[in-house]
Amino acid sequence: MGSFVPNTDREQEEMLKEAGYKSFDDMFSCIPDEVRLKRPLNLPSGLSEMEAIREMEEISEKNVTFKHIFRGAGAYNHYIPAIVKSVTAKEEFVTTYTPYQAEISQGVLQSIFEYQTMMCELTGMDVANASHYDGATAAAESIPMCKDRKHKVAYVSSTVHPGTIQVMETYCFGSNTKLVQVPSKDGVTDMDKLAKMLKDDPEAACLVMQQPNFYGIYEDATKLGEIVHEAGAKFVMSVNPIALSVMKTPAECGADVAVGDGQPLGMPIAYGGPYLGFMAAPKSMMRKLPGRIVGETTDDKGNRAYVLTLQAREQHIRREKASSNICSNQALCALTASVYMAAMGADGMKEAATQSTSKAHYLMDALKKAGLKPMFSGEFFNEFITDCPCGSDKLLDALAEKGILGGLPLTENVVLWCTTEMNTKEEMDQVASIVAALISGKEA
Amino acid sequence: MDLIFEIGSEGRKLSLLPKCDVPEVKVPESQSRKTALHLPHVSENELSRHYSKLAKRSHGVNDGFYPLGSCTMKYNPKVNEIAASFKGFTGVHPLQNERTVQGSMEVIKKTEDTLCEIAGMDAFTLQPAAGAHGEFTGLLLIKAYHVDRGDTKRTKIIVPDSAHGTNPASAAMCGFDVVSIPSQDDGCVDLDALRGAVGDDTAGLMLTNPNTVGLFDKNILQITKIVHDAGGLCYYDGANLNAVMGIARPGDMGFDAVHINLHKTFSTPHGGGGPGAGPVGCKEFLKQFLPGHHVAGDENEGFRYEIETKSIGAVKMFHGNFLVIVRALTYMLMLGKEGVPEASSNAVLNANYMRTKLDDLYEMAYDTTCMHEFVMSLEPLKHKTGVSALDVAKGLLDYGIHPPTMYFPLIVEEALMIEPTETEPKEVLDEAIVALRALYKEATDNPEALHSAPHNTVIGRPDEVGAARNTVLRYQWTD
Amino acid sequence: MSLLFSKSHEWVNMIDDTTAQVGLTDYAQAELGGLVFVNLPEEGDDVVSGEPFADVESVKAVSDVFSPVTGKVAEINEELLDAPEKINEAPYDAWFVKVEGITDKVELIDEAAYKAYVSTLSEE
Repeated sequence: MGSFVPNTDREQEEMLKEAGYKSFDDMFSCIPDEVRLKRPLNLPSGLSEMEAIREMEEISEKNVTFKHIFRGAGAYNHYIPAIVKSVTAKEEFVTTYTPYQAEISQGVLQSIFEYQTMMCELTGMDVANASHYDGATAAAESIPMCKDRKHKVAYVSSTVHPGTIQVMETYCFGSNTKLVQVPSKDGVTDMDKLAKMLKDDPEAACLVMQQPNFYGIYEDATKLGEIVHEAGAKFVMSVNPIALSVMKTPAECGADVAVGDGQPLGMPIAYGGPYLGFMAAPKSMMRKLPGRIVGETTDDKGNRAYVLTLQAREQHIRREKASSNICSNQALCALTASVYMAAMGADGMKEAATQSTSKAHYLMDALKKAGLKPMFSGEFFNEFITDCPCGSDKLLDALAEKGILGGLPLTENVVLWCTTEMNTKEEMDQVASIVAALISGKEA
Repeated sequence: MDLIFEIGSEGRKLSLLPKCDVPEVKVPESQSRKTALHLPHVSENELSRHYSKLAKRSHGVNDGFYPLGSCTMKYNPKVNEIAASFKGFTGVHPLQNERTVQGSMEVIKKTEDTLCEIAGMDAFTLQPAAGAHGEFTGLLLIKAYHVDRGDTKRTKIIVPDSAHGTNPASAAMCGFDVVSIPSQDDGCVDLDALRGAVGDDTAGLMLTNPNTVGLFDKNILQITKIVHDAGGLCYYDGANLNAVMGIARPGDMGFDAVHINLHKTFSTPHGGGGPGAGPVGCKEFLKQFLPGHHVAGDENEGFRYEIETKSIGAVKMFHGNFLVIVRALTYMLMLGKEGVPEASSNAVLNANYMRTKLDDLYEMAYDTTCMHEFVMSLEPLKHKTGVSALDVAKGLLDYGIHPPTMYFPLIVEEALMIEPTETEPKEVLDEAIVALRALYKEATDNPEALHSAPHNTVIGRPDEVGAARNTVLRYQWTD
Repeated sequence: MSLLFSKSHEWVNMIDDTTAQVGLTDYAQAELGGLVFVNLPEEGDDVVSGEPFADVESVKAVSDVFSPVTGKVAEINEELLDAPEKINEAPYDAWFVKVEGITDKVELIDEAAYKAYVSTLSEE
């Protein structure tokens, strides 16, 4: 069996004796007999490291990994610089706990301060927390930031990722919050309906929208923000961090809270996690942010120092009055995002964003020529929706045969496509030719 | 040291992306960013060295003893990292067709089955990303259960006063009122107080066992019965599961739902605060409310996803912190049926060994057999010398030892909570015992030195009041 | 001005029969240590004697502040929101709220009685 207990049987015997016990059984006599497990666990016998590695590798090989990926919808296949992996594997970062002891945690604390700064730069905001679980939970936890005694009802645009909406619904079931979906029109939030809904509801607390939205289309965020603010509610934007390097920032759009998933910033798609929820806000909302925040200060000799700050917002101090229960977060993912942004720099991030959107436009043109029709006409970033007259499954199977993961099938004949800088012209041409062959085959 | 924004110079960069091979398309003018974007301008060498410097100013389990009570800072096996780096795991999209992710589904199924056996539960969800997230999920199951039965007056969750802060905070997030009940002098639940607190408005009880003072509550069967008799459910906070794996199971103690911290008990690294994973298990009657997708089937017939009939929805996008789950499963495979109880037995042994080597000098909050951790009260020392728990904790930094958890649980004055874990050799425990005894002597002989400790760290005590009053939460560019 | 005190360590400055300013005593601020934030009610809120109406944060703790009177909040001291240190520096100038329409009070004692009361606390 495998074991990570260093003390030998003999050493264990000695220690038991020194602590005053005859045996392990004697030591555990503090547990009442009625609740003791009196049989071995029904598990396989333990393995050596070599066996465990082999078994896990075999399991991993039962997954199909695709060489070319045209699927996004919340998990984006961007390039990950080599330095990202090397820095985030450093054991001082990997094996440390939350940096409560500032004197021996300056490295971690400074790295979080740098992360907060970069997220503020991306979003245009004043304050960012040190991470949340993922983009969906960050969106869900933006709601309590916006609620007060008079404003209790949350709104979400139906163009937000359905997975995000589902998480928001579950959180709202918990907090007994009414969550209302705002309908869409032509692939974007229906502004007339939104204005009317908010006007009729003096209790409206916030609108959560996504930019670019689930269909890849840019919403008129500035206008949405104006409508929301006119109704006395708060405006929450869920944003793609790569797009932020070239797209109007949440601050420029008047957002009160910016949230999103930081996965595109250096994290592998990895079957959905761990990813990175980010939350940023103007200074006026600072004390409503959930989670850890690092601040700069000085030590007793006047040196620059970093500490966890504003802790009285948090559960370990405020207990049931805390606005969130978050404790463990996604700190190492925040470090990953920091190293990614530092490696890419502003120019590199803009390049990744521009290539992603350029390729999406190229792919859309190619798919149009091949016979697919875009469902909406709005300007888009790196995702878009087409019909699929030959059937989504049939098309995706044909692509899979060539090692290509096609877009996400939304229905039997509608597909959500995605590109990043990782997709080459050559592979996009290949996708188009497979589509063209299928369609002409069907027509023939 | 410099911030990453204070090194490098304009124009320095890494060579990462090829030229774009399709015609360039810009973001439409009406949607384009107007604010300047400041990010570091560094070469790869500078970037790499910057983080090496930061790493040297950090302290992980790999750097030394880390007896942080309630956090189970055990060694993080490297085999876990290898498994989590397999392309078959890192390279799959969360929205791939079931046929193409049978490996991921097998990981999930095997992990769920193993946790069911260890916890004595019937089903698990791996969606929650952290312990507190698990508490939230488990309490939602309890809420959904009562709502489903039309029993809507059950609005109260009972939490002992010794509980982790996440317990009451999680209950509040689920719309429950929190009823705090006092602990007895021995640190265990006061049964009379519990009987007085339960009623037809009780939704449930949240409890950690061993409790937050490190003791196994011997009345556990009575406790869960009192709650069940009143119509409430019992939730097990698995923060302290490392004490009892293979020894006693929450399911056999009468608990209906649990969460487990994979980043504590199952050796996945803490990463400076996360990512962790907080899977939630439950008894059969609560299974119908579980969030997310549930893996059914087996290796032979193939795995498939099912959604529970009365699911509470989803607490996170996709399938949880998947690579954390991969690490935990690797660890469980290695330990197996023999290694799991061996780990817990030695965690408890190491704690009792340290406790009995210190209890002649330091006052133990509860001077009896502890489980995987024990709590000392420095109140008598503070009374005698003026040296507080904080001072002793800071003094340990000069010995290269991470301090124990301080001032928790709240019911013990000047508390220091020590959790050595099973992965520390005897010599490390002996060194820590020597250090703690030396600090006691120093407190008596030279208290002033301890008031200003630590002396050998890269900074001295920081001004936390100043940090909170004049908040500087980001670097500001001057242009 | 002559202040009255509650045993939960708030001071009351009666402006007239039904209007008063309320703050935290010097003893309380010293016990709590460096304060970093105060949560105040909103104007128009009702406060009830003996019930919490505000809280103060130090770095490691948050503490409720109890209302010594029942009435309606006429004004809050917004200055404290930006400079909570004023509670530490000059507790008797750092009023939290002005309450009007006072209908009830907790037991209030004068300065000498409060000082005597506090001295029994520190002896414990």
